[in-house]
Amino acid sequence: MSANESTLLSIRDLKVHFDLGGGGPLDKLFGTNTVKRVVKAVDGVSIDIYKGETLGLVGESGCGKSTLGRAILRLTEPTSGQVFYHDRDLAHLSSRQLREQRRHLQIIFQDPYASLNPRMTVGQIVGEPLETFRLARGREAEQRVQELLETVGLNKRFIKRYPHEFSGGQRQRIGIARALAVDPDFIVADEPISALDVSIQAQIMNLLERLRREKNLTYLFISHDLRAIRHVSDRVAVMYLGKLVEIADAKTIYHEPLMPYTKALISAVPVPDPQVEATRQRIMLEGDVPSPINPPTGCRFHTRCPYAIEACKEVVPQLVEIKPAHFAACIRISSAQPHIEDVAPGAAPGLE
Amino acid sequence: MTSSDGNLLEVKNLRTHFDTEDGVVKAVDDISFQLKRGETLGIVGESGSGKSVTNLSIIRLVPDPPGKIVSGEVIFNGSDLLLLPNDAIRKIRGRRIAMIFQDPMTSLNPFMKISKQLMEMTQLHLGHSKAQAYDHAVRMLETVGIPDARGRADSYPHEFSGGMRQRVMIAMALSCEPELLIADEPTTALDVTIQAQILELIKKLKRETGTSVILITHDLGVVAGMTDHVIVMYAGKIFEQARTAELFSTPGNPYTKGLLRSVPDPTDEQGKLYQIPGLPPDMAHLKPGCPFAARCDYAQDICRREFPPFVKLNQDHHSLCHFAREVYTESGGTPVEA
Amino acid sequence: MSTEKEPEPDDLVHIGPEMAVAEADLHPDDAFVRGTSLWRDAWRRLLKNKLAVFGLVVVIVVTIASIIGPTVIQHTFGFTPDYIPTHDQKLTKSMPPFKGPNNEFSWLHPMGTDNAGRDQLARVLQGGQISIFVAMVSTLVSLLIGVSYGAIAGYLGGRIDNVMMRLVDVLYSLPYVIVVIVLLSMFRSQTPRGQLTLLFIALGSVSWLTMARIVRGQILSLKNQEFVLAARATGVSTSRIIFRHLVPNTLGPVIVYATLTIPQIMLTEAFLSFLGFGVQPPLASWGSLAADGVQNIAIFPWQLIFPGATMALTLFSLNFLGDGLRDALDPQMRTV
Repeated sequence: MSANESTLLSIRDLKVHFDLGGGGPLDKLFGTNTVKRVVKAVDGVSIDIYKGETLGLVGESGCGKSTLGRAILRLTEPTSGQVFYHDRDLAHLSSRQLREQRRHLQIIFQDPYASLNPRMTVGQIVGEPLETFRLARGREAEQRVQELLETVGLNKRFIKRYPHEFSGGQRQRIGIARALAVDPDFIVADEPISALDVSIQAQIMNLLERLRREKNLTYLFISHDLRAIRHVSDRVAVMYLGKLVEIADAKTIYHEPLMPYTKALISAVPVPDPQVEATRQRIMLEGDVPSPINPPTGCRFHTRCPYAIEACKEVVPQLVEIKPAHFAACIRISSAQPHIEDVAPGAAPGLE
Repeated sequence: MTSSDGNLLEVKNLRTHFDTEDGVVKAVDDISFQLKRGETLGIVGESGSGKSVTNLSIIRLVPDPPGKIVSGEVIFNGSDLLLLPNDAIRKIRGRRIAMIFQDPMTSLNPFMKISKQLMEMTQLHLGHSKAQAYDHAVRMLETVGIPDARGRADSYPHEFSGGMRQRVMIAMALSCEPELLIADEPTTALDVTIQAQILELIKKLKRETGTSVILITHDLGVVAGMTDHVIVMYAGKIFEQARTAELFSTPGNPYTKGLLRSVPDPTDEQGKLYQIPGLPPDMAHLKPGCPFAARCDYAQDICRREFPPFVKLNQDHHSLCHFAREVYTESGGTPVEA
Repeated sequence: MSTEKEPEPDDLVHIGPEMAVAEADLHPDDAFVRGTSLWRDAWRRLLKNKLAVFGLVVVIVVTIASIIGPTVIQHTFGFTPDYIPTHDQKLTKSMPPFKGPNNEFSWLHPMGTDNAGRDQLARVLQGGQISIFVAMVSTLVSLLIGVSYGAIAGYLGGRIDNVMMRLVDVLYSLPYVIVVIVLLSMFRSQTPRGQLTLLFIALGSVSWLTMARIVRGQILSLKNQEFVLAARATGVSTSRIIFRHLVPNTLGPVIVYATLTIPQIMLTEAFLSFLGFGVQPPLASWGSLAADGVQNIAIFPWQLIFPGATMALTLFSLNFLGDGLRDALDPQMRTV
């Protein structure tokens, strides 16, 4: 599904580093935490998000995808980098200016139980953004809230009910209604279905898709669930330990991934078909996901990559357009030699 | 010492009820199934289906109050576990039936070294001396793939990652060479690449030791890859029971069909995703008739009035539905004569 | 004109049977279904706890009796708490309960009289007024200060939080009973009213410390919850986040602590009045009544027993109530 190619958000070299302390003179004296520990949750991410598309962001735990989503909205403060929305750099706006912009950029959270204030009624929760931005009051606000609830599939008569009286899927719908209240352009959906039952996941995915069409929304859909990502996204970006390693459209990512990590990720997803499961050849990764505190040097994946060579430890690979609209960050492939299995052992065509 | 038809475990008419503020919840309502030696049984269900409570009932770990195993039999190797006195059951837990849980973070004691936790198992159940137990512990850690097992045996749980902790759990579970391993959502909390590793490990160990496994999960992909038989649970009842291959190719129950269709297939270009409409039922206030009727595409009047029959569709394939034969035929199956 | 409805989008949940509405749940103007807030759930749970209900009932009864009691007695029996029967020598002495001047049975004084012939029941009830009033107002003051202080420190965090809480630590380490006594003796007021005010200030200003700590702790654990992030994401201002979102979710422990603070303050006030620093005559509180009564404990024990017993009853009723509240609110102390 091709999107309108105008860019809605432009993220440039975004970094979010958390300082865990250590390495100071007192620490050295007492022998604790002698090394300065920094969690490089997001370490130099650059990507454009096009108007009207759903960009899927996939990765495993600790890769920084949730942090990236929140940093774009400045719910977590970026350490450096820029986030351009309509020519304004969100990362460097004053808090007052930022608050004005918040109208256009909203978020849906993973946990339907923690993302709603248990002491407020549904009507109050969904109506609060209207109040904050002075979009409607009184009778008009109430009507708008009712409309929003109906849009997301909830009976408007339950407007005075409290969150704990709803199921997980319904609460997620309330969260979506709240995000829609201010008529945003862009929504970060941070693992919106992970906490839901399988039969409800499909409902929410369909709902999000319908809303996108009806309201011309743009989504950043963050998830670790490859199947969901594949289904909802136009393009997919794969993240590993704070960096983007591959970007392509959804079909290509699944059928023709270039990066060893992406291949392993796809291979690891269990398929609900016993024959396929019995006969497939899995790419098994050795070892654990390294810690984002002081991550590996060079290419962060080199510790687990079946194709790693010496150079991989030293060079930090850049995202390069290997095929049209298909980016990958690996020194062992290039546009001339895109398939890593065919590259001669020890060779690094990406370096030339 | 097994029963005559080679079944390691036979659950008959198990009923476990919970007393809640809203009323009595029949978390497990008349469940019956068998597990043969060396096989893997998958129990699939969503939250509230009763799959976890079924497991807890088998090894009698249901919190009482508010829960209570009301009736039924759990015949393990010929003897009914529900009738055994408490100390007999304790001897069986860990030794002959082992369980691993979903969250590796909270399943291990954070204050005890890993080696000690492993040693406890074998010292208690197998009567090992300290030295024997330690060696055994290290060997188990090696078997489950912990790198540098001897060096890391004396570490604490927080020094391991989630995947490693789950491996330690598996090591603990298998250290006394149990006949039955019950795994309750063992990989749900793990990353997908680690999940693949853990599932491979379970498969490998199963092959090597011949342990029978009950695997509880909500992920149909995991079921497809790991199990020989499957039970689909909903609202405390078994809705469908079949050999895995049979269930996936020719399901005989609308709920199963709905579940299979609502999982997005990454290999296929799909338009809209099929979704099961509606919500799971309120377990404290179940209506008469079939608990799935309100959400079922095939539902008719009879479904809302009468509880459905458990229909035999084939050898080893049963479905709880008024229209089981029709659904089965639609999927491409040929039902046996009634 | 087509009467066919537009086909519903497939993703709309058919909220049919599962959310069928009971008649009782409908709002009077029929448009909405009334929700059950977590407070109502907690209330129901509290009512199931017999001891807590007992405590609640006793507290309510004693409070109402203290408020209207003296007036009722004045209208039925004709004497105020201060009424000294100067017209009759024989009555200006301490009479046991239910007895008249000549040891005959009499309904007039169910709790007996004090040395000056004043009716004990009226005095105890009026003493209750003061004791309860002082305790409740002081608790309210400490609540307001403590909650605001703790919420602001907790939410803002960082250096501000550090400074604010170190101040609390310093204040905590003061031996506050001594401080209160010193304050009260330094600023002895001329009027009894004035003395009362001083008492409030002294008592209220020390008990907010623990409240602040409790609230700060709660806020710390709440402020990273996703609903707070959601509020920030929708542009809600900081003060509104603190007072509209965070504080209501801390009210569980706050209420429990407040209910247990009231008896503490009551005891402290009684102690101070007993020592002579608190309430001054002609106003009386249970503590000062007990102080008067203790002098004659051997001969006229009822002078001490009745105010003492009434206070003890109120104190442990408050404690039962506080315990019951803690159990009833406990599941809600987590915000889920």
